[in-house]
Amino acid sequence: MEKRRIISVTVINEHGVLSRISGLFAGRGYNIESLTVAPIPETDLSRITIVTNGDAKILEQIIKQLHKLIPVLTVTENEDFLEKEMALIKIPIEEDIASIEVLCRAYSGHVANANEKYIIVAITDKPYRITSFLKAIKRFNPKEIIRSGVVALERY
Amino acid sequence: MPTKRLNGSEMLIEALRLEGIKVIFGYPGGAVLNVYDEIFKQNYFRHILTRHEQGAVHAADGYARASGEVGVAIITSGPGFTNAVTGIATAYTDSIPLVIISGQVPISQIGTDAFQEIDAVGISRPCTKHNFLVKNIQELPRILKEAFYIAKSGRPGPVLVDLPKDISATYGEFDYPQEVSLRTYKPTTKGNSRQIKKVVEALKIAKKPLFYIGGGAIISNASNIIQQLIEKTQIPALETLMARGIIPDNHPCLLGMVGMHGTYAANMAMYECDLLISLGARFDDRVTGKVSEFAKYAKIVHIDIDPSSIGKIIDVNFPIVGDLKNVCKDILHFIEESGGYDKNIIKEWRDLLTKYKTTHPLKYNDSSEILKPQWVISKIGEILKDKALVVTDVGQHQMWAAQFYPFNFPRQFITSGGLGTMGFGLPAGMGAKLAKENKIVINITGDGSILMNIQELMTCVEQKIPVINVILNNNYLGMVRQWQSFFYENRFSHTDLSLQPDFVKLTEAFGGKGYRIETKEEFEEALKDAIHSNIPCMLDVVIDRMEHVLPMVPGGAPLNKMILE
Ligand SMILES: Cc1ncc(C[n+]2csc(CCOP(=O)(O)OP(=O)(O)O)c2C)c(N)n1
Repeated sequence: MEKRRIISVTVINEHGVLSRISGLFAGRGYNIESLTVAPIPETDLSRITIVTNGDAKILEQIIKQLHKLIPVLTVTENEDFLEKEMALIKIPIEEDIASIEVLCRAYSGHVANANEKYIIVAITDKPYRITSFLKAIKRFNPKEIIRSGVVALERY
Repeated sequence: MPTKRLNGSEMLIEALRLEGIKVIFGYPGGAVLNVYDEIFKQNYFRHILTRHEQGAVHAADGYARASGEVGVAIITSGPGFTNAVTGIATAYTDSIPLVIISGQVPISQIGTDAFQEIDAVGISRPCTKHNFLVKNIQELPRILKEAFYIAKSGRPGPVLVDLPKDISATYGEFDYPQEVSLRTYKPTTKGNSRQIKKVVEALKIAKKPLFYIGGGAIISNASNIIQQLIEKTQIPALETLMARGIIPDNHPCLLGMVGMHGTYAANMAMYECDLLISLGARFDDRVTGKVSEFAKYAKIVHIDIDPSSIGKIIDVNFPIVGDLKNVCKDILHFIEESGGYDKNIIKEWRDLLTKYKTTHPLKYNDSSEILKPQWVISKIGEILKDKALVVTDVGQHQMWAAQFYPFNFPRQFITSGGLGTMGFGLPAGMGAKLAKENKIVINITGDGSILMNIQELMTCVEQKIPVINVILNNNYLGMVRQWQSFFYENRFSHTDLSLQPDFVKLTEAFGGKGYRIETKEEFEEALKDAIHSNIPCMLDVVIDRMEHVLPMVPGGAPLNKMILE
């Protein structure tokens, strides 16, 4: 059964490691829905969070193939991840700011920046909540929307 | 060891010396000039100048396959590297340990589209086990040590070290590590005992068990222990193309080769077995045929050092990750510990398979008018037996060699299985001959394949490497023509090779010896002469153009649906 899956990978932070991972997905025809990377503080490692979809067999292959890459230290696939994503939305200043703020509050977002032309709204939440927020914000004619991709941490 | 101050090129030479490398293959160019200067000065190892970088890598590959050691090739940046890619990919798909050193433009020029700059690390990423771009001279000793370690440990494979020209001239401290410990890379070599015990239990009650032996058995040097296992149990066994030679040809338990051009008995055994024990095989599509019908009555044991091979194609009941030799030892041990094996339980099964073997042996219709390729291979086998290593190119001739040569020991048969690279045979044969100088090396090739790396005849002549090439000349790209005959209503689109060079003159032009052969007598005489002459030879053997490789399982059909006639 095709399913959305999150895989968390720790890698040694060395030249070209991201291309090994993205190349593996591209070359073997696996999907990447989102991918985030950043160094793990005070280590020589980075953590990569990949959202993909596929059936159990594909997922098993992805995990094994990731393991096979030399700079990969751990590969975790877990049903019980805490997931967060961030989105920034740029909206013309002429829109109804009061309504936007109400909407933001409902999704624990806030106005992060404002200038003479635009406001930028920032929101951090579960990916599906971000999706519904983005639906709701549509009627305020957003000029640009950017999502960060998912970061995830095992709860235990 | 006290550290020494060396430049990058000197470090490379030192590392090769410390790794015990005796022969390397290569081709110089701007980016590796410093390295070549050091090669000139040293006399630890022999350097073979091939006439093409693909030849250099295939030769290193043939050397590695014949010897079981790591093969080494050196090439320059840009076109030197891209020429080598087919060789690297060939080794990768067959899990052959190689270390490839490629020159690169100086660090300061990387990314500027400099002369002969190409992203070697990027291009080779999907066809190497691992690769390195050396960015700092201080990393070089460690990288070289790791390259050799990664190439030969676990599931072996080619490792590329991309060496920028400035690094090859920069000085640094040389302290070659004694040991490698990579926290992210620790191949599992010991199989899980509980799982192995379960396999032994299943094996003891199976009525139709079968050993399915793959190339991993060669890599793991498991031939002896597998033979012991077969002696002990009398369980029938079949070999993939890559495993030919693991079980001696005349062994009563050996059913022959399995797969698209496997024997009737082997393919039927695969179809009918109730317990399939895979020993270092990877369920390649040329073996399985239609996957949903593959071994459909069987429980499946899959032993492999590479966890990603297990469960990739076929769902497995007993997965075991580990080095095959170790796991087979454990299997044997647990069989004995649990009171031995009762051979009677498989008597009916063995009788059935023996019947298959006798009613449907490999066969061909010999002729007194025209030479048959199968006769040629059988004759070579009869004359040379264990004295030869057999190398092949890719096509019908490769399959006939696999079917009809009486292989008796591992590493006797050297062929490009996974990638199926035409042009592999001659250079790989060169490497194999250098690894096993007391063996006669025969390259079984086709009139198409031989032209793909014919330039290596020059290397053979220059370096006195007497590879004997036997062209099974059908004036066709025969294997493709066979598919066109079976599946494209004889529309022989671009497979007719009627226009050919004079292979005798061609070989003589290189300084070798050529023979044009049309009869059995000529063939025997030429082969004996070639063996005797001890120089590179080309036997251009005119064979029946329309001969087919049989049996054949059409692509995507189940194994029991073979074309037999
Ligand atoms: C480099 C490369 N190109 C194309 C192919 C596809 N191919 C497979 S077999 C074959 C025909 C080989 O002809 P020949 O060497 O004459 O051998 P024969 O089949 O006639 O014995 C071809 C073109 C290949 N395997 N490798």
